Amino acid sequence: MRRTALFPTCVIDTVAGDVGMAVVRVLRSRGHDVDVPDDATCCGQPGWNAGHVDEAAAVAKQTLGALATTTEDTICVPAGSCATMIRVYWPVLFRLVNDEESAVAAEGLRDRVREFSELLSEDDKAMLPEDDQATGTTPGPTAAVAATAYHHSCHMLRELGIETQPEQALQAAGIEPVEWDGERQCCGFGGTFAVKQPELSTAMADEKLEALEELEVEQVVGCDTSCLLHLRGRAERRGMQLRFRHLAEVLDPT
Amino acid sequence: MTPDLLTGTTLRSRAARALGDSSLTRVLRKTTSYRDGLRQQAESVLRNHDELVAAARRIRADNIAQLPALLEQLADKWEERGGQVFFAADAHEANAYVVDVALERGVEHAVKSKSMLTEEIALNDALEAAGIDVVETDLGEWIVQLAGQPPSHILTPAVHLQRDDIQELFRNVDDRGADLSDAPEELAAFARRELRRRFLQADLGITGCNFAVAETGTVTLVMNEGNGRMVTTLPPVHVAVMGMERIVADWQQLDLLLHLLPRAATGQDITVYVNHLTGPRDTGEMDGPEQSHLVIVDNGRSDMLGSEFREMLHCIRCGACLNTCPVYRQIGGHGYGWSYSGPMGAVLAPLLHAAPEARELPQASSLCGACHDACPVGIPLQDLLLGLRRRETERQAPPSEAAAWRAWAAAWSRPATYRATTSAAARLGRFVPPGLLPDGWTDSRAVPRPDPGGGFRARLRREGA
Repeated sequence: MRRTALFPTCVIDTVAGDVGMAVVRVLRSRGHDVDVPDDATCCGQPGWNAGHVDEAAAVAKQTLGALATTTEDTICVPAGSCATMIRVYWPVLFRLVNDEESAVAAEGLRDRVREFSELLSEDDKAMLPEDDQATGTTPGPTAAVAATAYHHSCHMLRELGIETQPEQALQAAGIEPVEWDGERQCCGFGGTFAVKQPELSTAMADEKLEALEELEVEQVVGCDTSCLLHLRGRAERRGMQLRFRHLAEVLDPT
Repeated sequence: MTPDLLTGTTLRSRAARALGDSSLTRVLRKTTSYRDGLRQQAESVLRNHDELVAAARRIRADNIAQLPALLEQLADKWEERGGQVFFAADAHEANAYVVDVALERGVEHAVKSKSMLTEEIALNDALEAAGIDVVETDLGEWIVQLAGQPPSHILTPAVHLQRDDIQELFRNVDDRGADLSDAPEELAAFARRELRRRFLQADLGITGCNFAVAETGTVTLVMNEGNGRMVTTLPPVHVAVMGMERIVADWQQLDLLLHLLPRAATGQDITVYVNHLTGPRDTGEMDGPEQSHLVIVDNGRSDMLGSEFREMLHCIRCGACLNTCPVYRQIGGHGYGWSYSGPMGAVLAPLLHAAPEARELPQASSLCGACHDACPVGIPLQDLLLGLRRRETERQAPPSEAAAWRAWAAAWSRPATYRATTSAAARLGRFVPPGLLPDGWTDSRAVPRPDPGGGFRARLRREGA
């Protein structure tokens, strides 16, 4: 049994409880003893991206304290951008507010933090015998598989360099995502950008949705619930039937 | 006068206007995808592209660290060969110098090759105000000049216009264009004939400067149209106007940057023309101008030295960040409202443009980081945009916005209030309780479904999993 702390993120806490539950079930089905630290709130990214450093640092410090006192080997973050905030930007943020102690604590935390698909991929490698590592597959659900497109979220792809792991997890579940032109292009969410520049943000979503429409897929899978909420909200408004699901929901054993 | 699209407008209003023109959006998406693809293809051919970018970043950092010494060396070498140098502190000084040079020689007609710096300082307006006729000779730049518009891309100024727009503009140039079709060959041939006449007539040629090489006092111009050679050889006076950061120490450094610039810009291994200019015509030389002026412009750049934004001085103006940017491809350069657009323009605007409206431009980004990936000199553009957002909130966040963020921090830095607000938000199906932040979400997007179970933590406690 591997002990894993789950930092659910504010998006799951506010509007995506289903995703959080799916993450817990997938991790437990793979032998993780999952605990959610009560006092972890938000990583501070909304304030950080909007340029409000003091406010972002106050929120991040609360979560840093909660995560730093966990005793699990791994802290799972089921969102690429929050994982980026913690691993890449927390030390920068704390130094900007002259909180060296927190910056050092944040650096100490980095090695324990794993984005969800990254953690699954490491599990697979650890479980498979040497010879099979190249394929990296484990049996997944056998239900009829929907035509699927994967959406690369920006920070996960460009800042954390997590590129192949989600697709490998899908393939292990018997899903071969289609390649498409816009898969690496930003969906237009961008945190407060989505509400400060709604026309631009919507145009960016529309471009992706139009590309997805041509692909004739049934579902779009991603690892950042915020991107998916934005795309889903726009698709619903356009009357599209497309489903948007977090990787964990697709892998959910129930 | 080139119209000012920035003053008195907001990013939202400009974006909405651009997005209202669906054919514009279609053209922009298609063209930028095409150019971004050319860049990626050209870079993929270089096996060590990432190493070259890292080397270029070091070179540019060195160049900027040694800027005063390099500029002095450049000026000495340029003067040794009989050229003249003027250091301009700002746009006004730069324009006044060029106007003086022109008036002293009795110049009536000036021709220009494309220069974004002269757009930045509005040199054409200054020359025209002094009664001098100025003609842009880069094809795209001439087209936007005829349209009375600022360029919408730093490399391809008329990217927002289509064939029939250009046909219409050319038909109105003079009688010779009245029967033009919209065939590209015919339009190009017309431009060639018209511009040839202007080259021969001109008594002043104005260019920008892609790179200046300090060790030999050389101005290097990179281009694909022959206009740059005409502008620098036919008129008796040549003025090159350069931003003070566009300098390298030696030809070895230039060599590397000349490998990276055209690949990033147009996907070319090398441009059709690479001109190296070393001052006026020498005794026994067949061509070249009688006078060569080099105007080195500061205009806010030295304030960036030593600041957290100094890396923006590394920029070599390739346009790759515009072509790859998911925001630029929706609204084009006019949506930004300034001659520099895309991520590089959004960083430069608050640093170089005096208008208060320019300070909003760092908001024209989702911070996706594609620009950093595309930059041939490795500028972390999204980090600079974030830094400018911080500077702006420190300077003057709107009171209601500042209060909302303080309330957010107060609530979410304590677990009890975090739990109370998030479970309330879950029940409502909103990211944040209504009223806490301006809600531009619902006009175009459905809200998430409410969770009657009170959110993730409550459900986890109740259901186990």
